[in-house]
Amino acid sequence: MEKQKANIDLNNEVIRIRGLQKSFGDYHVLRGIDLDLYQGENLVVLGRSGTGKSVLIKLISGMLYPDAGTINVLGNELTHITEREMESLRIRIGFSFQNSALYDSMTVRQNLEFPLVRNRKGITRKEIDTNVHSVLDAVGLSQTINQMPSELSGGQRKRIGIARTLILNPEIMLYDEPTAGLDPITCIEINELINEVQQRYNTSSIVITHDLTCAKMVGDRVAMLLDGQFQRVGSFDEVFATDDARVKPFYDYNFVE
Amino acid sequence: MRYFISHKQLLQLTDLTFQTIWSIRASISYVNYTFAQLMEGTETTPRTAPSRIKKIGDAISGFFLMLHRIYAFVLRFFKEVFLPPYEFKEVVRQCYETGVKSFTLITLTGFIIGVIFTKQSRPSLTDFGATSWLPSLVSIAIMKALAPLVTALIAAGKVGSSIGAELGSMRVTEQIDAMEVSGTKPFKFLVCTRVIATTFTIPLLATYVALIALFGGYLNIAQNEGTSYATFIEQAFEPITFVDIWASLAKAVVFGFTIGIVGCYQGYNSTKGTEGVGKAANGAVVTAMFLVFIEEVLIVQIAGWFR
Ligand SMILES: Nc1ncnc2c1ncn2[C@@H]1O[C@H](COP(=O)(O)OP(=O)(O)OP(=O)(O)O)[C@@H](O)[C@H]1O
Ligand SMILES: [Mg+2]
Repeated sequence: MEKQKANIDLNNEVIRIRGLQKSFGDYHVLRGIDLDLYQGENLVVLGRSGTGKSVLIKLISGMLYPDAGTINVLGNELTHITEREMESLRIRIGFSFQNSALYDSMTVRQNLEFPLVRNRKGITRKEIDTNVHSVLDAVGLSQTINQMPSELSGGQRKRIGIARTLILNPEIMLYDEPTAGLDPITCIEINELINEVQQRYNTSSIVITHDLTCAKMVGDRVAMLLDGQFQRVGSFDEVFATDDARVKPFYDYNFVE
Repeated sequence: MRYFISHKQLLQLTDLTFQTIWSIRASISYVNYTFAQLMEGTETTPRTAPSRIKKIGDAISGFFLMLHRIYAFVLRFFKEVFLPPYEFKEVVRQCYETGVKSFTLITLTGFIIGVIFTKQSRPSLTDFGATSWLPSLVSIAIMKALAPLVTALIAAGKVGSSIGAELGSMRVTEQIDAMEVSGTKPFKFLVCTRVIATTFTIPLLATYVALIALFGGYLNIAQNEGTSYATFIEQAFEPITFVDIWASLAKAVVFGFTIGIVGCYQGYNSTKGTEGVGKAANGAVVTAMFLVFIEEVLIVQIAGWFR
């Protein structure tokens, strides 16, 4: 269960965020975020509900627009690029949604085919099938290919959601609470899947979670979002080597016997 | 010399119009506000209950706010619909869906309307000894008014609500966001295709309803008066002019567009949470029917000028 040593390139930042701010109405959610994600790294983002973790990765994938600050993704300054460039950048980023967001009018196969058919003009039927089977195999759910999303369990839906983002071979993966609401064994399976994706597809990832087991299993580095800023960033043990009343409960809740 | 105003000027013009409406809205709410303030001083009711005037004011401004948002939505539709990719396959699929969803209900309603309308009109004509006018009367009523209106109302209930619910649940479960981040423009793929589909399909359905209703009327007349098919057709189409047919078709096109755009608007902008889906479906039907009636009145007026 121990995490394999990841192949991280500290000289290559795939995401670089400086002074990022975002408000909704009067509520100042993000108040000056600084963050680097290195090539090949899994960065875990921890934080309480409503601290703006989902908002952060929505800003990175261009679903929301920042109020202030810069976001550089794969060499593109998000606030300066055109709509076109944003579109081609988006398919290099995989986004695994908090609630899977499978298209529930389509079968698993159609869900997986959809991004391929839409983005790779002139792709042949055979290539599509090869790709679909390969990602289904990667998430270990080949037998569900003809099922509807409503017939899948929560854990299966999560994995199909991950498979759907993997099919475009993204360079960056953003996971929004991949283990939320799942039983411990499925959680471990998902964590292993995240690590496997990192190794097999050589992606850099941001993993949002409340689950410290997950953080420990998949994270090369951990960042704690407190009051709209990353106040503690480092290895798992570094982040929790503190008596800060905003941090300690996370650890105690998960690990105290 | 230029005969047409440019796209930009059109935008400016429409924006100006809306700014005017906007300021009217603002002044309404201002008047309401001052009024409410005045009333508050004299009122003896507890302050927690919002005054009735304020409620009405909120409803009015809410209505204008919604109109403005729908207007912005419509503008966006026209901005995006002419740009590639055209999603031709999806449009065809949506046309099929729209047609199939309401086909049975529309057939039944059309036929029954034809039969009942004929049956109910007969006694008044018999009083004047004018039963020979029955085919013309039935056909005028059906072609000019009933067919497009009935089709639109049924489609608002069947198609509009299902568009609202479908897009609403896609919004709530983040499927629309998922589409956006995986390189498909959701507005084009979901909204434009559905609006085009309803705009095309509902005139077709209206034509079909007109024919089915006429058929119902014919069966009733043939049974009672023994009128032959040829005579019936001749009498039925005699009072109908081309302007009438075009006006009816135009009406159906406008109704179709309205149902599509309102359904998509409600679904696409539905709020988070499962109750947002129900609200979207319900809002789609109510708003679409409301607008359909207003448009009916306007188009009948406009068509009158061409006669
Ligand atoms: N589109 C939006 N419009 C208005 N407010 C928003 C929007 N998205 C998020 N918020 C607000 O921003 C805050 C942070 O939301 P976010 O979804 O990022 O929380 P989170 O950290 O992901 O929490 P959780 O762990 O529960 O998912 C919330 O208070 C929410 O109300
Ligand atoms: Mg979240």
